Amino acid sequence: MAPSVRRNKQKPAARARRVDLLVATQKGAFILKGEPARRAWKVEGPHFLGCETNHVVLDPRDGKTLLAAVVTGHLGPTVFRSTDSGRTWAEARQPPAFPKASEGQKGPAVKRTFHLAPGHAGQPGVWWAGTVPHALFRSADGGASWDLVRGFSRCLEALKEKKPDYFGETPGGAIAHSILVDPRDAKHVYVSLSTGGFFESRDGGETWRPMNAGVLADFFPEKYPEFGQDPHCVVLSPADPDRLYQQNHCGVYRLDRPGERWERIGEHMPPRVGDIGFPIVAHPRDVDSVWVFPMDGTAVWPRTSPGGKPAVFRSRNGGRTWTRHAKGLPPAQGWFTVFRQAMKSDARDPVGLYLGTTAGEIWASRDEGESWKRVAAHLPRVLALEVVAR
Amino acid sequence: MSPAPTVKVYVSSHVRSYTAGRSEIEAEGRTLTELMGDLDRRYPGIRFRVVDEQDRIRQHMNFFVGGELVRDLAHPIAPGDEVHILGALSGG
Repeated sequence: MAPSVRRNKQKPAARARRVDLLVATQKGAFILKGEPARRAWKVEGPHFLGCETNHVVLDPRDGKTLLAAVVTGHLGPTVFRSTDSGRTWAEARQPPAFPKASEGQKGPAVKRTFHLAPGHAGQPGVWWAGTVPHALFRSADGGASWDLVRGFSRCLEALKEKKPDYFGETPGGAIAHSILVDPRDAKHVYVSLSTGGFFESRDGGETWRPMNAGVLADFFPEKYPEFGQDPHCVVLSPADPDRLYQQNHCGVYRLDRPGERWERIGEHMPPRVGDIGFPIVAHPRDVDSVWVFPMDGTAVWPRTSPGGKPAVFRSRNGGRTWTRHAKGLPPAQGWFTVFRQAMKSDARDPVGLYLGTTAGEIWASRDEGESWKRVAAHLPRVLALEVVAR
Repeated sequence: MSPAPTVKVYVSSHVRSYTAGRSEIEAEGRTLTELMGDLDRRYPGIRFRVVDEQDRIRQHMNFFVGGELVRDLAHPIAPGDEVHILGALSGG
């Protein structure tokens, strides 16, 4: 492993602000209203009751625009927009949708918008969306209308001609997620596909290339293909955008750009726990601090907490060593897990961490993951969390 | 070309957020395609929720014209037909 250098260890904002949680669930969205001490939480909602809500995201550039990706069992997928903290919602005029296929051709249809990402700070109004099936969409008007990023679709079509079976579906479909915009360069964008791998664009989405060297795909005979891997969640370190962390179907990895080879850092996790999971969270100021929430990926893949003992694992040294933290979490018979978009941090000092579980609970830590308290229960299955500092 | 008939359209609860809560509305069209276009003008956004971008009726929505289950938007509509747009049991 390359030597780890602590870079850009920044100071947090001096004034403690209120923290809210945007909770997207199988049956609607909720907002957990917090307060500066992060002790008391009030559940507000539901919004879109009965609708599968895959992601609710606040635009950090204006601090008020919320987008929500919503679908139901019957109705097609759409995006709603609010500019009054969720009191009212207006539907996108043109939600993410593929172009109409030529006569006689069978074209794809968006099944769900899975992931929403605000664009670069210098591009107000720009948003990105990842969908099921695999596609990338872009909005230039604050989420009111969306267009297919054709360059990404062209990239996938070309790769499918080489290896048609290397783009697969998860139980939740063929998901495009983890859209990461380099804060230094609006044209530098990453996106991940489950399954398909990790991709980079340097020109704002016109052209793309896979970047999966070193990442295992144990579900293929070819264990280290150029693409086809299953990244579950990829994050940029807010402390250094040249550091990426990836929780993959086949382990935990890190990548230091401009390098292009991922290093598996999960092999340093305890073998009885393993390094399979969905989410991964990078510390807001310390490039070498990272958290994961392992799940059981053995045998038939129960996708539960290993041994029924949910725990967060933290590394403070870029993945060389990991420490288990479970104080406050169920010590036994706790079989939930946490989906890929349902574990996030705030930017306070000490950092707050938040988990939304498959059992409809929200857990919070005010001490960088060392101890945990359940702050909401009896919600529907949590699909995504976002943290908002007010 | 014959004028487009105006017909009664009955919608299930799934899409009444678009129709101001009304279960019985009116729209005109010689085919379901035309009717859905007219409905979308009257109730913006309703079409995409029940018909996908490839003009396929969504899997868990059922359209009935004159009591007959229809999956093709080219299906003609005659004066006096009643159109039902209903959530299927399969959709949960």
